Amino acid sequence: MNKIKKVWAWAIGLVFSAVGLAFVLGIIFWGGFNTAMEWTNTETFCISCHEMEVNVYQEYRNTIHYNNRTGVRAVCSDCHVPKEWWPKMVRKFYASNELLHKMLGSIDTPEKFEAKRAVMAQREWARMKRNDSQECRNCHDFSYFDYAEQAGRSSNAHQKGFAEGQTCIDCHKGIAHKLPAIDQGFGDTLPGALPADVLHPVSTR
Amino acid sequence: MKTAIQKAVGIAALVLALPFSASAEGVKSLRETAVGGAEHPAENYREIRDAGGLLPRDFVQQPPLVPHSVTNYQVTLNYNKCMDCHSWSRAQATGATKVSLTHFRDREGQELSSVSPRRYFCLQCHVPQTDAKQLVDNVFSPAPGL
Repeated sequence: MNKIKKVWAWAIGLVFSAVGLAFVLGIIFWGGFNTAMEWTNTETFCISCHEMEVNVYQEYRNTIHYNNRTGVRAVCSDCHVPKEWWPKMVRKFYASNELLHKMLGSIDTPEKFEAKRAVMAQREWARMKRNDSQECRNCHDFSYFDYAEQAGRSSNAHQKGFAEGQTCIDCHKGIAHKLPAIDQGFGDTLPGALPADVLHPVSTR
Repeated sequence: MKTAIQKAVGIAALVLALPFSASAEGVKSLRETAVGGAEHPAENYREIRDAGGLLPRDFVQQPPLVPHSVTNYQVTLNYNKCMDCHSWSRAQATGATKVSLTHFRDREGQELSSVSPRRYFCLQCHVPQTDAKQLVDNVFSPAPGL
Protein backbone atom coordinates (compact mmCIF):
# COMPACT_ATOMS: atom_id res chain seq x y z
CA MET A 1 0.00 0.00 0.00
CA ASN A 2 2.75 2.33 1.06
CA LYS A 3 4.72 1.38 -2.02
CA ILE A 4 1.82 2.23 -4.38
CA LYS A 5 1.48 5.63 -2.70
CA LYS A 6 5.17 6.25 -3.19
CA VAL A 7 5.04 5.35 -6.89
CA TRP A 8 1.93 7.50 -7.32
CA ALA A 9 3.64 10.49 -5.67
CA TRP A 10 6.70 9.95 -7.85
CA ALA A 11 4.56 9.77 -11.01
CA ILE A 12 2.70 12.99 -10.12
CA GLY A 13 5.99 14.70 -9.36
CA LEU A 14 7.38 13.58 -12.70
CA VAL A 15 4.33 14.84 -14.61
CA PHE A 16 4.40 18.19 -12.83
CA SER A 17 8.11 18.72 -13.33
CA ALA A 18 7.79 17.69 -17.01
CA VAL A 19 4.95 20.16 -17.53
CA GLY A 20 6.90 22.81 -15.62
CA LEU A 21 10.02 22.16 -17.65
CA ALA A 22 8.08 22.26 -20.92
CA PHE A 23 6.51 25.54 -19.81
CA VAL A 24 9.87 27.15 -18.98
CA LEU A 25 11.48 25.82 -22.18
CA GLY A 26 8.46 27.04 -24.13
CA ILE A 27 8.94 30.55 -22.74
CA ILE A 28 12.66 30.44 -23.52
CA PHE A 29 12.21 29.12 -27.06
CA TRP A 30 9.26 31.30 -27.92
CA GLY A 31 10.89 34.33 -26.35
CA GLY A 32 14.13 33.54 -28.13
CA PHE A 33 12.36 33.06 -31.44
CA ASN A 34 10.47 36.32 -31.10
CA THR A 35 13.57 38.20 -29.98
CA ALA A 36 15.49 36.92 -32.99
CA MET A 37 12.53 37.82 -35.22
CA GLU A 38 12.37 41.32 -33.76
CA TRP A 39 16.12 41.73 -34.15
CA THR A 40 15.74 41.12 -37.89
CA ASN A 41 13.23 43.99 -37.86
CA THR A 42 15.69 46.59 -36.64
CA GLU A 43 17.18 49.34 -38.78
CA THR A 44 20.67 48.18 -37.73
CA PHE A 45 19.97 44.71 -39.10
CA CYS A 46 18.56 45.99 -42.40
CA ILE A 47 21.50 48.25 -43.16
CA SER A 48 24.04 45.67 -42.10
CA CYS A 49 23.45 44.58 -45.68
CA HIS A 50 25.54 46.62 -48.10
CA GLU A 51 22.75 46.74 -50.72
CA MET A 52 20.40 48.41 -48.30
CA GLU A 53 22.95 50.76 -46.80
CA VAL A 54 24.35 52.30 -49.98
CA ASN A 55 21.07 52.51 -51.89
CA VAL A 56 17.75 52.82 -50.14
CA TYR A 57 19.05 53.90 -46.74
CA GLN A 58 20.80 56.97 -48.19
CA GLU A 59 17.59 58.12 -49.86
CA TYR A 60 15.51 57.43 -46.78
CA ARG A 61 17.81 59.64 -44.69
CA ASN A 62 16.45 62.74 -46.44
CA THR A 63 12.84 61.97 -45.66
CA ILE A 64 10.45 62.79 -42.84
CA HIS A 65 10.28 59.18 -41.68
CA TYR A 66 14.00 59.27 -40.88
CA ASN A 67 14.19 62.49 -38.92
CA ASN A 68 11.59 65.05 -38.04
CA ARG A 69 10.45 67.61 -35.47
CA THR A 70 9.38 65.18 -32.75
CA GLY A 71 11.74 62.26 -33.40
CA VAL A 72 8.96 59.72 -33.91
CA ARG A 73 10.29 57.52 -36.69
CA ALA A 74 9.24 54.79 -39.04
CA VAL A 75 12.19 52.50 -39.75
CA CYS A 76 12.47 50.00 -42.63
CA SER A 77 10.38 47.26 -41.06
CA ASP A 78 7.58 49.64 -40.04
CA CYS A 79 6.73 50.06 -43.71
CA HIS A 80 8.03 46.85 -45.27
CA VAL A 81 7.10 44.17 -42.70
CA PRO A 82 3.52 43.66 -41.49
CA LYS A 83 2.96 43.84 -37.72
CA GLU A 84 0.47 40.91 -37.52
CA TRP A 85 2.07 37.58 -36.71
CA TRP A 86 1.09 35.44 -39.70
CA PRO A 87 1.61 38.11 -42.43
CA LYS A 88 4.94 38.85 -40.76
CA MET A 89 5.99 35.18 -40.99
CA VAL A 90 4.95 35.13 -44.66
CA ARG A 91 7.02 38.25 -45.36
CA LYS A 92 10.00 36.78 -43.51
CA PHE A 93 9.64 33.64 -45.60
CA TYR A 94 9.74 35.64 -48.83
CA ALA A 95 12.82 37.44 -47.51
CA SER A 96 14.76 34.24 -48.19
CA ASN A 97 14.53 35.20 -51.87
CA GLU A 98 16.29 38.44 -50.97
CA LEU A 99 19.09 36.41 -49.38
CA LEU A 100 19.48 34.55 -52.66
CA HIS A 101 19.80 37.82 -54.57
CA LYS A 102 22.22 39.09 -51.95
CA MET A 103 24.43 36.11 -52.82
CA LEU A 104 23.91 36.61 -56.56
CA GLY A 105 24.80 40.30 -56.14
CA SER A 106 21.75 41.38 -58.16
CA ILE A 107 21.66 44.95 -56.81
CA ASP A 108 25.08 45.39 -55.21
CA THR A 109 25.97 48.64 -57.00
CA PRO A 110 23.91 51.85 -57.33
CA GLU A 111 23.82 51.27 -61.11
CA LYS A 112 22.43 47.75 -60.78
CA PHE A 113 19.96 49.01 -58.19
CA GLU A 114 18.80 51.83 -60.47
CA ALA A 115 18.26 49.35 -63.30
CA LYS A 116 15.95 47.27 -61.09
CA ARG A 117 14.31 50.18 -59.27
CA ALA A 118 11.17 50.35 -61.42
CA VAL A 119 10.48 46.62 -61.03
CA MET A 120 11.09 46.61 -57.28
CA ALA A 121 9.09 49.80 -56.68
CA GLN A 122 6.10 48.51 -58.61
CA ARG A 123 6.22 45.22 -56.71
CA GLU A 124 6.13 47.09 -53.41
CA TRP A 125 3.32 49.40 -54.57
CA ALA A 126 1.28 46.36 -55.62
CA ARG A 127 1.89 44.68 -52.26
CA MET A 128 0.74 47.76 -50.35
CA LYS A 129 -2.26 48.17 -52.62
CA ARG A 130 -3.25 44.54 -51.91
CA ASN A 131 -3.10 44.96 -48.14
CA ASP A 132 -4.82 48.36 -48.23
CA SER A 133 -1.62 50.12 -47.12
CA GLN A 134 -1.67 48.19 -43.85
CA GLU A 135 1.80 49.36 -42.83
CA CYS A 136 0.90 53.04 -43.29
CA ARG A 137 -2.30 52.59 -41.35
CA ASN A 138 -0.50 50.97 -38.42
CA CYS A 139 0.44 54.56 -37.50
CA HIS A 140 -1.69 56.78 -39.74
CA ASP A 141 -5.20 55.63 -38.89
CA PHE A 142 -7.36 57.69 -41.21
CA SER A 143 -10.50 57.16 -39.17
CA TYR A 144 -8.85 59.53 -36.69
CA PHE A 145 -7.80 62.18 -39.21
CA ASP A 146 -8.70 65.67 -38.03
CA TYR A 147 -9.40 67.35 -41.36
CA ALA A 148 -9.65 70.75 -39.66
CA GLU A 149 -6.02 70.39 -38.58
CA GLN A 150 -4.82 69.39 -42.04
CA ALA A 151 -3.78 71.91 -44.64
CA GLY A 152 -6.40 72.65 -47.29
CA ARG A 153 -4.80 70.57 -50.01
CA SER A 154 -4.36 67.53 -47.78
CA SER A 155 -7.81 67.79 -46.29
CA ASN A 156 -9.52 67.96 -49.69
CA ALA A 157 -7.40 65.23 -51.28
CA HIS A 158 -7.83 62.84 -48.33
CA GLN A 159 -11.60 63.18 -48.11
CA LYS A 160 -12.03 62.86 -51.85
CA GLY A 161 -9.64 59.88 -52.02
CA PHE A 162 -11.25 57.91 -49.22
CA ALA A 163 -14.72 58.60 -50.62
CA GLU A 164 -13.51 57.02 -53.87
CA GLY A 165 -12.13 54.01 -52.02
CA GLN A 166 -8.48 54.87 -52.52
CA THR A 167 -5.74 53.76 -50.18
CA CYS A 168 -2.57 55.59 -49.04
CA ILE A 169 -0.22 54.08 -51.63
CA ASP A 170 -2.48 55.18 -54.50
CA CYS A 171 -1.07 58.69 -54.09
CA HIS A 172 1.81 58.49 -51.62
CA LYS A 173 4.47 56.79 -53.70
CA GLY A 174 8.15 57.51 -53.27
CA ILE A 175 7.75 59.14 -49.87
CA ALA A 176 10.78 57.39 -48.37
CA HIS A 177 12.71 56.48 -51.53
CA LYS A 178 13.51 58.00 -54.88
CA LEU A 179 11.03 57.21 -57.61
CA PRO A 180 11.96 55.32 -60.77
CA ALA A 181 12.00 57.25 -64.05
CA ILE A 182 8.48 58.41 -64.90
CA ASP A 183 7.50 59.80 -68.30
CA GLN A 184 6.14 63.21 -67.34
CA GLY A 185 6.28 64.85 -70.72
CA PHE A 186 9.59 66.68 -70.40
CA GLY A 187 11.41 66.74 -73.71
CA ASP A 188 12.40 63.27 -74.87
CA THR A 189 11.27 60.31 -72.79
CA LEU A 190 13.91 58.92 -70.46
CA PRO A 191 15.04 55.42 -71.45
CA GLY A 192 13.06 52.83 -69.54
CA ALA A 193 10.68 55.43 -68.08
CA LEU A 194 7.35 54.17 -66.76
CA PRO A 195 4.20 55.82 -68.13
CA ALA A 196 2.83 58.54 -65.84
CA ASP A 197 -0.27 56.38 -65.34
CA VAL A 198 1.54 54.01 -62.96
CA LEU A 199 1.52 56.74 -60.30
CA HIS A 200 -2.21 57.33 -60.64
CA PRO A 201 -3.81 54.16 -62.04
CA VAL A 202 -6.98 54.79 -64.02
CA SER A 203 -9.02 52.47 -61.80
CA THR A 204 -8.37 54.63 -58.75
CA ARG A 205 -8.10 58.08 -60.29
CA MET B 1 53.00 65.92 -65.49
CA LYS B 2 49.46 66.21 -64.26
CA THR B 3 50.56 67.14 -60.75
CA ALA B 4 52.87 69.83 -62.11
CA ILE B 5 49.94 71.42 -63.93
CA GLN B 6 47.77 71.15 -60.84
CA LYS B 7 50.48 72.84 -58.75
CA ALA B 8 50.88 75.63 -61.28
CA VAL B 9 47.12 76.24 -61.35
CA GLY B 10 47.01 76.23 -57.54
CA ILE B 11 49.82 78.80 -57.28
CA ALA B 12 48.21 80.96 -59.96
CA ALA B 13 44.90 80.88 -58.08
CA LEU B 14 46.65 81.89 -54.83
CA VAL B 15 48.45 84.79 -56.50
CA LEU B 16 45.23 85.98 -58.12
CA ALA B 17 43.29 85.70 -54.85
CA LEU B 18 45.84 87.70 -52.80
CA PRO B 19 44.68 91.25 -53.66
CA PHE B 20 41.03 90.20 -53.12
CA SER B 21 41.59 88.62 -49.72
CA ALA B 22 42.49 92.00 -48.23
CA SER B 23 39.49 93.85 -49.68
CA ALA B 24 37.12 90.99 -48.80
CA GLU B 25 37.41 92.05 -45.13
CA GLY B 26 35.40 95.19 -45.80
CA VAL B 27 32.68 93.51 -47.85
CA LYS B 28 29.62 92.46 -45.89
CA SER B 29 26.98 89.95 -46.74
CA LEU B 30 23.25 90.71 -46.49
CA ARG B 31 23.38 89.17 -43.04
CA GLU B 32 25.90 91.77 -41.87
CA THR B 33 28.84 89.40 -41.51
CA ALA B 34 32.16 89.89 -43.24
CA VAL B 35 32.48 87.81 -46.35
CA GLY B 36 35.74 86.32 -45.12
CA GLY B 37 34.46 85.98 -41.54
CA ALA B 38 32.78 83.17 -39.69
CA GLU B 39 29.42 81.92 -40.84
CA HIS B 40 26.37 83.56 -39.31
CA PRO B 41 24.66 81.07 -37.00
CA ALA B 42 21.73 79.46 -38.77
CA GLU B 43 18.29 80.92 -38.07
CA ASN B 44 15.49 78.62 -37.08
CA TYR B 45 14.21 76.83 -40.13
CA ARG B 46 10.90 78.36 -41.13
CA GLU B 47 8.25 75.90 -42.05
CA ILE B 48 6.50 76.92 -45.26
CA ARG B 49 2.76 76.90 -44.77
CA ASP B 50 0.06 76.64 -47.39
CA ALA B 51 -1.19 80.11 -48.28
CA GLY B 52 -4.67 78.77 -48.98
CA GLY B 53 -5.04 80.55 -52.30
CA LEU B 54 -3.10 82.21 -55.09
CA LEU B 55 -0.48 84.76 -54.06
CA PRO B 56 -0.67 88.07 -55.95
CA ARG B 57 2.18 88.91 -58.32
CA ASP B 58 4.32 91.95 -57.51
CA PHE B 59 5.01 92.75 -61.16
CA VAL B 60 3.53 91.59 -64.41
CA GLN B 61 6.37 89.41 -65.57
CA GLN B 62 6.86 87.75 -62.19
CA PRO B 63 6.75 83.97 -62.31
CA PRO B 64 3.71 83.01 -60.20
CA LEU B 65 4.65 82.26 -56.57
CA VAL B 66 4.17 78.83 -55.04
CA PRO B 67 1.36 79.23 -52.51
CA HIS B 68 2.03 75.95 -50.74
CA SER B 69 4.72 73.96 -48.96
CA VAL B 70 7.19 72.14 -51.17
CA THR B 71 9.15 70.54 -48.35
CA ASN B 72 10.54 67.14 -49.31
CA TYR B 73 9.21 67.35 -52.85
CA GLN B 74 11.29 65.11 -55.09
CA VAL B 75 12.90 66.73 -58.10
CA THR B 76 15.39 64.19 -59.42
CA LEU B 77 16.64 63.02 -62.76
CA ASN B 78 13.81 60.50 -62.73
CA TYR B 79 10.89 62.46 -61.42
CA ASN B 80 9.56 65.96 -60.86
CA LYS B 81 6.97 66.19 -58.11
CA CYS B 82 5.62 69.56 -59.31
CA MET B 83 4.47 67.98 -62.56
CA ASP B 84 2.49 65.38 -60.64
CA CYS B 85 -0.17 68.09 -60.21
CA HIS B 86 0.74 70.91 -62.59
CA SER B 87 1.18 68.95 -65.83
CA TRP B 88 -1.64 69.29 -68.35
CA SER B 89 -2.66 65.67 -67.95
CA ARG B 90 -2.93 65.93 -64.16
CA ALA B 91 -4.20 69.48 -63.66
CA GLN B 92 -7.87 68.65 -64.07
CA ALA B 93 -7.76 65.86 -61.49
CA THR B 94 -5.82 67.94 -58.98
CA GLY B 95 -7.22 71.41 -59.58
CA ALA B 96 -3.70 72.82 -59.91
CA THR B 97 -2.62 75.58 -62.28
CA LYS B 98 -1.45 74.14 -65.61
CA VAL B 99 2.12 74.69 -66.75
CA SER B 100 2.18 77.82 -68.91
CA LEU B 101 2.23 77.29 -72.69
CA THR B 102 5.36 79.47 -72.77
CA HIS B 103 7.13 76.47 -71.22
CA PHE B 104 6.46 74.39 -74.33
CA ARG B 105 9.01 76.37 -76.35
CA ASP B 106 12.70 75.86 -76.81
CA ARG B 107 15.09 78.79 -76.60
CA GLU B 108 14.78 79.45 -80.33
CA GLY B 109 11.05 79.95 -79.88
CA GLN B 110 10.23 76.66 -81.59
CA GLU B 111 6.97 75.16 -80.26
CA LEU B 112 7.35 71.70 -78.69
CA SER B 113 4.86 68.93 -78.01
CA SER B 114 6.11 68.53 -74.43
CA VAL B 115 7.48 70.78 -71.71
CA SER B 116 10.94 72.06 -72.59
CA PRO B 117 13.67 70.35 -70.54
CA ARG B 118 15.15 73.79 -69.79
CA ARG B 119 12.06 74.35 -67.59
CA TYR B 120 12.74 71.28 -65.48
CA PHE B 121 13.76 73.05 -62.28
CA CYS B 122 10.50 74.81 -61.44
CA LEU B 123 11.80 76.24 -58.16
CA GLN B 124 14.46 78.27 -59.94
CA CYS B 125 11.74 80.79 -60.81
CA HIS B 126 8.62 79.75 -58.89
CA VAL B 127 9.37 80.14 -55.21
CA PRO B 128 7.37 79.50 -52.04
CA GLN B 129 7.04 82.26 -49.45
CA THR B 130 7.59 82.54 -45.70
CA ASP B 131 6.77 85.37 -43.32
CA ALA B 132 10.49 86.04 -42.82
CA LYS B 133 11.56 89.61 -41.99
CA GLN B 134 13.08 91.40 -44.97
CA LEU B 135 16.87 91.67 -44.82
CA VAL B 136 16.87 95.05 -46.58
CA ASP B 137 14.16 97.66 -47.05
CA ASN B 138 12.31 97.43 -50.30
CA VAL B 139 10.21 100.23 -51.73
CA PHE B 140 9.44 98.54 -55.02
CA SER B 141 5.94 99.04 -56.36
CA PRO B 142 4.49 97.91 -59.68
CA ALA B 143 3.74 100.40 -62.43
CA PRO B 144 0.37 101.99 -61.60
CA GLY B 145 -1.08 101.31 -65.05
CA LEU B 146 -0.60 97.56 -64.84
